[in-house]
Amino acid sequence: MLNYIWLGLVIVAVVLGGINGKIENVTKAAIDAAGNSVTIAIGLVGVMALWLGIMKIAEQSGLMSLLARAIAPVMRRLFPEVPPDHPAMGSMLMNIAANMLGLSNAATPLGLKAMEDLEKLNPTPGVATNAMCLFLTINTSGLQLIPASMISLMASAGSKEPTAIIGTAVASTFVALVAGVTAAKLLEGMKIFSVSRVVEGGEKS
Amino acid sequence: MIAHAISLVSIWAIPVFLLFIPLYGACRKVKVYECFVEGAKEGFQVGIRIIPYLVAIMVAVGMLRGAGAIDILARWLDPILRWVGLPAEILPLAIMRPLSGSGSYGIVAELVKVHGPDSFLARLAATAYGSTETTFYVLAVYFGAVGIKKTRYAVITGLLADVVSLFAAVFICRLVFAH
Repeated sequence: MLNYIWLGLVIVAVVLGGINGKIENVTKAAIDAAGNSVTIAIGLVGVMALWLGIMKIAEQSGLMSLLARAIAPVMRRLFPEVPPDHPAMGSMLMNIAANMLGLSNAATPLGLKAMEDLEKLNPTPGVATNAMCLFLTINTSGLQLIPASMISLMASAGSKEPTAIIGTAVASTFVALVAGVTAAKLLEGMKIFSVSRVVEGGEKS
Repeated sequence: MIAHAISLVSIWAIPVFLLFIPLYGACRKVKVYECFVEGAKEGFQVGIRIIPYLVAIMVAVGMLRGAGAIDILARWLDPILRWVGLPAEILPLAIMRPLSGSGSYGIVAELVKVHGPDSFLARLAATAYGSTETTFYVLAVYFGAVGIKKTRYAVITGLLADVVSLFAAVFICRLVFAH
């Protein structure tokens, strides 16, 4: 599916850029974005190393499996394919917690760590597991207790009540979370999305 | 009160983590320094591994923004979305949000500047921004980092959550911030 969406984005950009008379901007944006993404990736290396180092200590000391066991009642129901004391449970929880607190610097490294832990359980490398899809659904639904960037934006614009949006944002992100998790649970059982079909058909990617 | 407590937690969370985990490790007789370095070694590979996926998604989104496509799409989709009850001003944000974090931040900042930070539209935009994530960025980078090519239904559920959160934001803001 990402194949079609990616192609669609590029086609729309070039066609509309042409119509708009902004085709030079399209060229410049493509080159700039390519350069910027390397800057972002390299910039991530340091934070990534920091959190992977800390997480290694948490794993070696048994803290991760302790954490995983503590939250097992909820996580086991959401992720039945993942063994309850597997490190993936701990790293997924750490990523979700970092997102909830609005700590995006920590969230990405912890999330990538969680994906690596989940990949170790994947019997069909290259194909997403149910657990990965659900984890990313929770992640992209943006569960967050403090929309920190928005609060500071409102405050700097001179709002009388910059925190007024906390309640509404939490409420709507929660609605989205419930919808996403429900949809993921419904879709994972459907034939067209089954792992064996995806592997054989080579389609629906 | 609650906001203050939450922001206090988010300020202290990282220092507490950085202290607590090595301390716990030391109590459990883990060689914390060696262990940290061992784990940190992988940081470089992960950073490098996500580059192709990051380039792919950022170039496509960058081209779209450079073309001014978001505004055109918003104009085309306007009648449909007006019909389902979404304010027209929020449309560019709705299209941009799953694609680009910085792009959608810019749109919210513009709405705040034009309409004032305590206006209904600014609050709705901030709510909509704060209640979802940059779906395509997350999917591309997280799946890319572990070499997943077949994403099955993850794009559908991710986008569904975006659409639901947009409608929920409009509905909830109408309830809470009714003029």
